[in-house]
Amino acid sequence: MANQTTTGPDTQGGVGSDRVIIVGGGLAGLAASMRVAEAGMKVDLFSMVPVKRSHSVCAQGGINACNKVARQQGYSEWQHFDETLYGGDFLNHQPPVYSMTHWAPDIIDLFDRMGVPFNRTKEGQRDLRMFGGSLFKRTHFAGATTGQQLIYALDEQVRRCEVEGSVTKHEFWEFLWPVLDDDGVCRGIVAQDMRSMEIRAFRGAAVVMATGGNGLIFGKSTNSVICTGGAAARCYKAGAWLGNAEFIQVHPTAIPGEDKCRLMSESARGEGGRVWVPRKQKDPRHPNEIPEGERWYFLEEKYPGYGNLVPRDIATRELFWKCQEGYGVHGGRMVYLDCTALPDATKDKLAGIFEIYEKFTGDNPRDVAMKIFPAVHYTMGGMYTTYTAEDDSKGMKHGALNNMMTNIPGLYAFGEVNYQYHGGTRLGANALLSCTFDGLFCGLSVANYAKEQISAGKSASDSLLQKYVDQENDKVTKLSENNGKFNPYHIHEKLGDELTDSCTVMREQKRMEQAYDVLCDLKEQYAQVKLSDTGMWTNQNLSFTRALGDMLAYGEAILLGAMQREESRGSHYRPDFPERNDERFLKTTIAKYDVLNDRPILEYEDVPQPLVEPRARTYGKVD
Amino acid sequence: MIKSNKPKTLTFKIKRQDDPKSEPYWQAFDMPYRPSLNIISCLQYIAGHATTTGGKDVAPVVWECSCLEEVCGSCTMVINGRARQSCSALVDEILDETGDTIITLEPMSKFPVVRDLWVDRSRMFENLKKVKGWVPIDGTHKLGEGPQESPEQQDMRYALSRCMTCGCCLEACPQFTIDNEFIGAQAISQARYFNEHETGATLKDERLDALSEVGGVSDCGNAQNCVKVCPKDIPLTESIAATGRQLTVHHIKKFFTGK
Repeated sequence: MANQTTTGPDTQGGVGSDRVIIVGGGLAGLAASMRVAEAGMKVDLFSMVPVKRSHSVCAQGGINACNKVARQQGYSEWQHFDETLYGGDFLNHQPPVYSMTHWAPDIIDLFDRMGVPFNRTKEGQRDLRMFGGSLFKRTHFAGATTGQQLIYALDEQVRRCEVEGSVTKHEFWEFLWPVLDDDGVCRGIVAQDMRSMEIRAFRGAAVVMATGGNGLIFGKSTNSVICTGGAAARCYKAGAWLGNAEFIQVHPTAIPGEDKCRLMSESARGEGGRVWVPRKQKDPRHPNEIPEGERWYFLEEKYPGYGNLVPRDIATRELFWKCQEGYGVHGGRMVYLDCTALPDATKDKLAGIFEIYEKFTGDNPRDVAMKIFPAVHYTMGGMYTTYTAEDDSKGMKHGALNNMMTNIPGLYAFGEVNYQYHGGTRLGANALLSCTFDGLFCGLSVANYAKEQISAGKSASDSLLQKYVDQENDKVTKLSENNGKFNPYHIHEKLGDELTDSCTVMREQKRMEQAYDVLCDLKEQYAQVKLSDTGMWTNQNLSFTRALGDMLAYGEAILLGAMQREESRGSHYRPDFPERNDERFLKTTIAKYDVLNDRPILEYEDVPQPLVEPRARTYGKVD
Repeated sequence: MIKSNKPKTLTFKIKRQDDPKSEPYWQAFDMPYRPSLNIISCLQYIAGHATTTGGKDVAPVVWECSCLEEVCGSCTMVINGRARQSCSALVDEILDETGDTIITLEPMSKFPVVRDLWVDRSRMFENLKKVKGWVPIDGTHKLGEGPQESPEQQDMRYALSRCMTCGCCLEACPQFTIDNEFIGAQAISQARYFNEHETGATLKDERLDALSEVGGVSDCGNAQNCVKVCPKDIPLTESIAATGRQLTVHHIKKFFTGK
């Protein structure tokens, strides 16, 4: 197998110290590529899949921003900012959220200029829909595939950059490790070609991780199969900190499946879809035969203001409890999400998500209520990042070098992979916003930092790059020659089952302790894992098995973080500590990797609240 | 819809190829039937149990996949002779259609094989460069809203914008071969998509020039297979016809203006 360090320019481009490396080609990575290129830097963009196939395509519902119509009804950027903090149970840092929500209208305008086919009103204005966590219509959307439409627009712009020579794509390359110099500064990356299995080092004056979430740690989730969290876990093992790793969003409405849980968008409820269960336990009747009076619209009953549009963590728990109490459909773990009574025009707006449901279940939601159950959906926590706030705390300083830089100088984290913006729970339709915002706003910081490094003449030496390439080759050899007996796919299945059971909707101390024991066993099994493919051409088995080791490490940080956070906040619910405890835990959990003991060390850091005072998060609940 | 007498075992006949240069060969794998399987979950099972029906341990089958929701386009392959996404190919439906527990999986034939069911579709992305598949914006600065459009126009563009570069249309096209220059329905339809946008249309002439070259719109044989296999129901033949008309106008203009 190839074993080389690139030192001079070659035909592939992407080798000099005067370039910026971006890992991941979803919304965050593409927006960053575009912005950094616009600032005059050359970009090397790495992705495990053709960037157009990144996980951002899966987002369905929309992207939030105040607009002219919402504003005249009393909505504002400030209110969007406040909703995001309230939704996040005040674990979010306020200055970055302030910048994001105030930039949001301009981000929509930019997408509009790029040609995104946003839905239109009769007059030709961009239409809006309701979404969770707000009493105002402020969600822009493009059919039922908003994420797909937004990423395509950025993909197209980056293709133009590619033709113009400012961006070089490295698709089917897997990030393996950050290159750190003796001072601990990030100077590039090591990556592997997923076809030839060649391992190479690439110099970068700055490195941006935009590698998304980690749903695969939980086995079946709504995430794409590439969302292992592997890249983030590798940075963590190399010394980058994780922030709030235990905060994982469970989406209330997913279609349970054999291979994954497919999302049923919040827009179904935004457009009027109602959640209910039969009032009679184990009612055997078809939903259409159950009369109105015998249906229990439990969300509307408990939350008269927000109704079906309470934030995701609240909806998820209410659904889960109804099933625990035996009110699930036919006594099982599913509830009805009913769109059958909606007007035809509204149903047409939801045609795209109905199509998905019908395609994968055979039932048409226009005629029959959908059967749904919660599934792991979004990673609020992630790589720890810093920023420079404006003097009055209203936003981040645009262009400050450290915006969304990790604790490792020169290593940035953008989009779902960082821990910013969403705190304890993310509001629906805020993810597309935060990912794009990071790329566009913090891209300037990356370019500024990179230029400074270049003018200071700082870059990785050949021997440093070779050291990291050797290290990764050694890991591959060790895995390939491991003569163990454990099947990596079986270890993964067990890991997913344990974490889903113990550490998603309900987090009971005893159950988490059991899961922790299992996880320790799985780590031992992993040491004796056996590859079923040891060839050196497109070895997917090697790639998966390597990521499995990373999932175990990241999973441990999630589990320990959840066990130590003795409170309930946002998506983190502990039945033994059902209340929020600001005194002890209005803090970021920081996980640092202890190399010697192969485990996380947890520390806590205060979350300043400069603009909005934390308040109880009730969403107008009536008991 | 789903019949009750389901088999105990499914057999997958898979066309394999170790690398781009070696010869293809067939291998069969058995797996226990379960309700609600799709082809992806079968391939996942086979990856975890890489033993052929003959009892031989082999390297796991390689394929491309990502979202599993038929929106990323990755997992396209030829299933029982038809190009489609393996995530949305439900085993129960296939059994009902064919009544046969043997299911064949092959890589698409119009693209070079990388390994097993994984093919190299970079030609599709290169073709998007040829037709300048983007709206030429000035930059990311704050320049206000884009052009307004009617709901009807949005609806029309939205239908075109759902193309996920999966390759089904090209696999089904008799004119598109592994080694010719035909650009195919996907890129022609994308050119139309950008020509239909007010700002995008500023590059219309350049797109039409590209589609006038060898391998352009005139190579379409009007077999209309593309539109039948498109998983997103994109009106591909309409796109080809509309672009053909634009080309005629474009050439007449060029003839008279000399530009």
